[in-house]
Amino acid sequence: MANVIKLRKGLDVNLKGQAAKEVFDVESPGVFALMPDDFTGTKPKVVVKEGDAVKVGDALFVDKVRPEVKFVSPVSGKVTLVERGDRRKVLTVRVAADAQQQYVDFGKKNLEQMTAQDVKDTLLETGLFGFFKQRPYDVVPDPSVSPKAIFVSAFNSMPLAADFEYVLKGREADFQTGLDALAKMAKTYLGVSAKQAAPALTAAKNVTVNVFDGPAPAGNVGVQINHINPVNKGETVWTLGAEEVIFVGHLFNTGKLDFTRLVAFAGSEVKQPAYCRMTVGQQLSTLVKGRVSEGRTLRVISGNVMTGVKTTADGFLGAHATEVNVIPEGDDVHEMFGWIMPRFSDYSSSRAYCSWLFGKKAYALDARVKGGERHMIMSGEYDRVFPMDIFPEQLVKAIITGDIDRMEALGIYEVAPEDFALCEFVDSSKLEVQRIVREGLDMLRKEMA
Amino acid sequence: MNALRKYLDKIKPSFEEGGKLHAFRSVFEGFESFLFVPNATSKSGVNVHDAIDSKRIMIFVVIALMPALLFGMYNIGYQNYTAAGVDGTFWEMFGFGLLAVLPKIIVSYIVGLGIEFIVAQWKHEEIQEGYLVTGMLVPMIVPVDCPLWIIAIACAFAVIFAKEIFGGTGMNIFNVALITRAFLFFAYPTAMSGDACWVAKESICGLGNDLPDAFTMATPLGEVATGTVPAFSWDQVWGFIPGSIGETSVVAIAIGAVILLWTGIASWRTMLSVFVGGALLAWIFNQWGPEGNAGAMVPWYQHLALGGFCFGAVFMATDPVTSARTVPGQFVYGFLIGAMAIIIRVLNPGYPEGMMLAILLMNLFAPLIDYCVIQNNIDKRAKRAIKK
Repeated sequence: MANVIKLRKGLDVNLKGQAAKEVFDVESPGVFALMPDDFTGTKPKVVVKEGDAVKVGDALFVDKVRPEVKFVSPVSGKVTLVERGDRRKVLTVRVAADAQQQYVDFGKKNLEQMTAQDVKDTLLETGLFGFFKQRPYDVVPDPSVSPKAIFVSAFNSMPLAADFEYVLKGREADFQTGLDALAKMAKTYLGVSAKQAAPALTAAKNVTVNVFDGPAPAGNVGVQINHINPVNKGETVWTLGAEEVIFVGHLFNTGKLDFTRLVAFAGSEVKQPAYCRMTVGQQLSTLVKGRVSEGRTLRVISGNVMTGVKTTADGFLGAHATEVNVIPEGDDVHEMFGWIMPRFSDYSSSRAYCSWLFGKKAYALDARVKGGERHMIMSGEYDRVFPMDIFPEQLVKAIITGDIDRMEALGIYEVAPEDFALCEFVDSSKLEVQRIVREGLDMLRKEMA
Repeated sequence: MNALRKYLDKIKPSFEEGGKLHAFRSVFEGFESFLFVPNATSKSGVNVHDAIDSKRIMIFVVIALMPALLFGMYNIGYQNYTAAGVDGTFWEMFGFGLLAVLPKIIVSYIVGLGIEFIVAQWKHEEIQEGYLVTGMLVPMIVPVDCPLWIIAIACAFAVIFAKEIFGGTGMNIFNVALITRAFLFFAYPTAMSGDACWVAKESICGLGNDLPDAFTMATPLGEVATGTVPAFSWDQVWGFIPGSIGETSVVAIAIGAVILLWTGIASWRTMLSVFVGGALLAWIFNQWGPEGNAGAMVPWYQHLALGGFCFGAVFMATDPVTSARTVPGQFVYGFLIGAMAIIIRVLNPGYPEGMMLAILLMNLFAPLIDYCVIQNNIDKRAKRAIKK
């Protein structure tokens, strides 16, 4: 029986538009894009020119500092645009897909005969290494540093998230091969939810399975690391999304890359929330058009409503995104006397509102911040939804004041911005906590380099 | 509502940068966000937010203060009519109290919020709501006969020197309302203590009774300071005793406490441990206190009911900004406030009331308490790293 870890702190927000367990198909769109911003902590150097033909698995850009870390095209076709923003920052590299997809053949691998180095080299060569993240800093790892462990969380506990158990159906073999590959490189931990029963998860081989029982953010890999094997100064662990373990497994089983994944299309403004097979970098317009409500401004989010990036219907599916959430923007809403009205349609975890009366009612929340930014006033707000042995308030304050030593002492090595998503949600002072934590991590990384 | 929104949208540009009325930007913004929930949407991080904001929180504290305030108004009338030996109706007594307290509330808000508006304008920030609570607390912790000009000076002093120079609500070290009271207490002791200031002595608009200038009436704690032990009576719990405007009724304050605890705005840990600390120390004094000390002979339960103990425990000690922020820290912080308040009452003959000074003292030590708790976590982390 796997080790069960019970978590008491946290918050489950029930949002309208949970994806039904059905799959629908969308027509394959013409243009795909890989966004360097999805791979935090890398400086992209584009290695293709507009007009070049690429196959699935050909590098589009590499990391300037560590050129062995490649980021490869998710589709085969012709490079149409290298989009640059301010100071020539690369925003997207776009590829117009061929009708017939062509794959770079990396050759079937026999994992049993491979060493840790072989596995890592394969991942680097095929560009899958770029999907890994490391703690500290929550960035693409440095391949020259061996991690003490690799962590995979098999569930996302955030509202409207994709159910990995459902996504996994039919891909169990690839998932297991992926885990086997990870286990070759370092001790691998798989975190599963107490609600998950699929034997591919609970009885996964070659990995240590831990069961987490509790509200969000129990599915955050950072929370799991903190409870199983916390990161100390000078140590490195790697993390990989569960869906991306399937990518790895597919590569080792077939020798080819397959960047399609089952994405949860969810949110209160989606007409029929369900799952959809999409490819990394796919344009969202084909998914969104005609499938969302009309008549008001909508916010399309690549990724989860709590951690994802605001984009538009013309945007692209992020490299790590397992959901596309659509909610009302809400900038046309004018609520009067919000400070005293009961506001039944708004959710709050505070009993200064009536949400506690309605139990499991699902809410259709919009993107309004619903208050002005203040200094941190209330105490214990973050702590309530932060199930780690860290003082979140004090850590955030240390980051705001730029106190590197204190950040270190308070455990910034163990956290990622996503771990603070619920803190930011409940914050009555409306601080942009995830942005602050990201800045703190960047500050520290610069200092340590 | 739509018409109002349209009107606001129409006049908004003149308050923005370069507009004619730009000097009143903070005021406009304050009123706009008072009327309508700001509809700015999130730019980074989470895409949805909890509906709670600091306006809602502050308003709920003000609501929690209402029972004590309303009772305080009634009690002012009750004390006046009783002292004059006149039978008044409920509405006469309440009306008299209302007329006595309302100017204080207005002065406190005008002075404090005025400074807030100016500072917000000057610092290009939004108006912070903290003063909504402070401005209501100040009239409730002064004696009824405290002159308005003194309140105005004290509010200005506290807002500027206890809050704004530290960076505004959320950055202050000391509870602003208590600094107001401490300023009054030391700068104008005759208006704040003694036996002459606790009962309103002049009729207002035909309500109430004129009492002779020489009329005095001591609070129970004032009696303790002169060496007599006041007998316990249920009036001390209901609040029909002279005292600062909002502090007398344990029952009214308890209603406020329930609101604060239920909404989770105040920390039950702090609140509970203030009472535990106070009760324990008072009980110890009951058992082994110095001979002939009236304060030590007041039963522990009566200590908790008298003076500003309950009011301080419920509304002042729990101020999240100035109290300890860590969970274990809150227990220590609250306990020491309760204990310190009783020690000052019993052992310091100069101050009949100890709550104000106890809370201010612990405000000063709250960061130290938190420091110890956090350092424990830091040490644990450091040890873990070495062990590996």
